Amino acid sequence: MTPAPQAIGPDLTAMIACPRCDAVYRAVQPGPGERAVCACCKTVLIAPRRRAGQQLIAVAVAVVVLVVAATLAPFLAIEVAGRSNASSVLDAALAFAAAGPVAILALAVAALIVFIPVLRALLVIYVLGPVVLDRPPAPHAAAAFRLSEELRPWSMAEIFVIGCAIALVKIADLAQVHFGPAFWMFAALVVLVVVQDGFMCRYSVWKSLER
Amino acid sequence: MEIAGTLRTAREMGLVACTSCTRVWPAGTERCGRCGHRLHTRAPLALQRVWAWWLVGVIAYVPANLYPMLSTRTLVASQEATIIGGAVDLARHGNWGIALVILTASVAIPLGKFLAIAMLALGVRHGSALTGSRRQQLYQVVEYIGRWSMIDVFVVAILASLVQLGAVASVSPGPASLFFALSVIFTMLSAQSFDSRLIWDAEREGRRA
Ligand SMILES: [Zn+2]
Ligand SMILES: [Zn+2]
Repeated sequence: MTPAPQAIGPDLTAMIACPRCDAVYRAVQPGPGERAVCACCKTVLIAPRRRAGQQLIAVAVAVVVLVVAATLAPFLAIEVAGRSNASSVLDAALAFAAAGPVAILALAVAALIVFIPVLRALLVIYVLGPVVLDRPPAPHAAAAFRLSEELRPWSMAEIFVIGCAIALVKIADLAQVHFGPAFWMFAALVVLVVVQDGFMCRYSVWKSLER
Repeated sequence: MEIAGTLRTAREMGLVACTSCTRVWPAGTERCGRCGHRLHTRAPLALQRVWAWWLVGVIAYVPANLYPMLSTRTLVASQEATIIGGAVDLARHGNWGIALVILTASVAIPLGKFLAIAMLALGVRHGSALTGSRRQQLYQVVEYIGRWSMIDVFVVAILASLVQLGAVASVSPGPASLFFALSVIFTMLSAQSFDSRLIWDAEREGRRA
């Protein structure tokens, strides 16, 4: 590793600062499966995994397929006194569209449960694809990865799935409810999102984008 | 991990840390050369922003509880339910579990978040009885749990799209759903504006004094 030209003294490229408490360390890459933790505030700083890139891309592709499929297929259906109705995720988002002043909520809900999860998955594929293939990083890969990280709290597909379960109980007295295929797709999505966040070592990604 | 000499902060070393990608740069650098994030030794006006978002979050939470969240029409009756009214109704029908989940997600968590953020922000200025690690944990819990309050908005969306059976039964969202969603979003922004490095600054100063 070559020292940063502006650094007189310590080599800044070899250092890492805890984003939570500002403590500075000389970064030492732990082995796969091991973790480097901030001595001051216990934040996990580095947690590399073997073949994490391939796994993350596989998960991201699955997320895109699942969300698109689940958005179009019905996820719940009800039946009352011979009348029935099935609803897709898109219908749920658009439920607010008809309700006058709360119409902007339709857009927000669609973003939180469909667009943002898909966008994050696409960004991860875009950023990690070249890295996994040992190619130089894609143009603007750093900006893409930063955007994906900033969107993380706003990706709420998994919360929506739990919401389905609650909605079911709420109307269990009123009507007969059936699960559609999309419900199971979204349930699988919850697992994938958890896996995705657990496997992602941000430090390793940033390191690989530096080349 | 190796500590560079004694454990020191980037600020003490004349450096500025990127909170997005953990790279360090000489103090005064404006943008991170690796990820493009704006660099600040400490987020400027962090506490003012926290309080501003906090306040609008609290304000939006009031109409969220006063207006109906949902209105239900069936053949025999039509009724409107507020957040708490809906939970009470569920409990009365014996659905204690779900009533508890709704009360937790829509009342306990938002109120707890308002309190926790206020405590963290006040702790920076006036010191806190909690240790730095405890306050850091509190902050992480707030960050993690805050999003889950959105669940009630999603439940309303699901019910309103699903229960559309003409005259037999239909459900439509009430104005409270908008205020509630706004309150959740504002509170998330308030938590995100907080710079957790401020917790540790006070902590380290206290240790030195
Ligand atoms: Zn730390
Ligand atoms: Zn950076």
